[in-house]
Amino acid sequence: MNDRTLEVRNLTVAIPTDRGVVRPVNDVSLEVPAGSITGIVGESGCGKSMTARAVTGLLPYPGKVTGGTVRLCGREITGLPEKERRKLRGSEISMIFQEPMTSLNPVVKVGKQVDEAIRLHTECSREEAKGKTLAMFREVEIPEAETRYHCYPHQLSGGLRQRVMIAMAMVCRPKLLIADEPTTALDVTVEAQILKLLERLRVAGTSVLIISHNLGVIAQVCDFVYVMYAGRIVEQAATEVLFSRPAHPYTRGLFRSVNSLREGSDTLETIPGVVPNLLRLPAGCSFSLRCGQCGADCEKNMPELTETEPGHRVRCFLTGKEGTE
Amino acid sequence: MLRTKQKQIEQAADLRLQSQIGEEERFGDLMRRMARENKTAVISFFVIILMALAAALAPLLTPYEENGMDLLHRLSAPSAEHLLGTDEGGRDVLTRLLFGARVSLLIGVVPALLSLILGAVLGVIAGYRGGITDAVIMRIADVTLAFPSMLLAMVMMYALGGGILNVFLTLTLVNWANVARVVRSQTLKLKNSEFVEAARIIGVSRDRIMRRHILPNCLPTLLVLFTLNIPASILTESSLSFLGLGIQPPNASWGLMINTGRQYLYNAPWLSFAPGAAIMLTVLAFNFLGNGLLDVLDPRMQKQ
Repeated sequence: MNDRTLEVRNLTVAIPTDRGVVRPVNDVSLEVPAGSITGIVGESGCGKSMTARAVTGLLPYPGKVTGGTVRLCGREITGLPEKERRKLRGSEISMIFQEPMTSLNPVVKVGKQVDEAIRLHTECSREEAKGKTLAMFREVEIPEAETRYHCYPHQLSGGLRQRVMIAMAMVCRPKLLIADEPTTALDVTVEAQILKLLERLRVAGTSVLIISHNLGVIAQVCDFVYVMYAGRIVEQAATEVLFSRPAHPYTRGLFRSVNSLREGSDTLETIPGVVPNLLRLPAGCSFSLRCGQCGADCEKNMPELTETEPGHRVRCFLTGKEGTE
Repeated sequence: MLRTKQKQIEQAADLRLQSQIGEEERFGDLMRRMARENKTAVISFFVIILMALAAALAPLLTPYEENGMDLLHRLSAPSAEHLLGTDEGGRDVLTRLLFGARVSLLIGVVPALLSLILGAVLGVIAGYRGGITDAVIMRIADVTLAFPSMLLAMVMMYALGGGILNVFLTLTLVNWANVARVVRSQTLKLKNSEFVEAARIIGVSRDRIMRRHILPNCLPTLLVLFTLNIPASILTESSLSFLGLGIQPPNASWGLMINTGRQYLYNAPWLSFAPGAAIMLTVLAFNFLGNGLLDVLDPRMQKQ
């Protein structure tokens, strides 16, 4: 048994456009240890979803993986032919999406959609598939599974639909589940239930990679967190470490945007500016344009990911010199 | 006591839920639901059945023969003997209407169905595959559409010769391109929807996505196209017959009957009026039925 379910090394994705090549994922390395929940945070457009898609092999055209490797349980999967990769999807890697409203086929009964996932990857009769689907429905706590089996997506609530999605993704017991903003479209109580469900899956032996811009979600369930900015990982640490000693100015900015609410101040703090256009990245550190502590060095050179304490890596020139706030 | 009562209520509620979203719906249930929600559609359904029966049983329903000439009674007005009068050869109009229904109904339905299948399959493939496949299929469709459809039909009928099978073939090849274009545009929209991506994520193959996830979602559009294509086919056939390229006299088709009746429009208007009414009735019936089916077949339209 390999102790790393997913191991991504120096992954780079390139999208050719009329005005040059964009790299939404740039030299990203990350790993998801077996039986863990790992998180990726960052603003919209910083490359989180692209990373996930590159791992599943479903990059939107004309995006392409131009460098790096993806290993699933020690097995190299980047070079595999499409047919092989399709076999992996659903059985080894699965994914759930942000919008449970639109992620299910509106004209097929939800039970049949889950059946499809089973029958694609295992030889079994309709009745067997139905039995497995119903068992899975009960496992993800869909009440009255038998009745819901015959429902169309529009007859279910958002929370139930997300449960169906999870059932569909999990029914073949994949080793890795990628959850792309799994709770963004749901209200807070349902969010808590879904997160609890993901925790249970981890116990059942599936590693989870959660992608989110919601720090609350990350804090609740993740063991280890990667912070992404403009296609690169800028900080990585175990969750407690990251939340108690954030080192990168961007991470601190993210936390301040949340904390200022909690402490009851009148103004909501934000990080000034937006994620830079990936076609016109600054010469040095990608964050230099928005960073309050930016120095001369930052504008010229890209800092490396350096370890500040065991397991805690930061991509910033200022860490160590200036210490924590 | 109280507990048993409560249990009964729960069971009743369960049953109701079961029946609402229950097992596979049988055809009878479907018709009943349609009857509740859309009466015109059910009436139209029976009108179509009735017409089909009348066409099939034509020889039993009338004492006259299809081509039985009676030159003493040319162009006679509707009477007890000839309910819809007689034509320029003294043939009973009602009889010819019944026999003509055989040809016209077939010509309405068969090419509409064939062009629907051909167009849907090619449209989905073009839309989903994209690239060179898309370019080839759609350029062929464009060439087909570039010709006025009447001209194209005429050319094909000249090349192939008359006869009902060639009429089917011609009308199919004239109509498929429209269907393909509509289905292709729907496919392009659906291709990027999240449920298709979700299907790809669980490892569904390309062919299966087209068959199971995209085509069923095009069904409402296809149904509407079908009901629109039927009258179009009937009318095109009547024009072809008029030009001497479709069904040949003395055989009857509704379009042919309208066109021969035109010469006598002032002194014997029933000659054109009767088949015209028949075409209108058929077209309306198919349209209403299409709308009704749309309401009951699309699960999104069902009442929750």
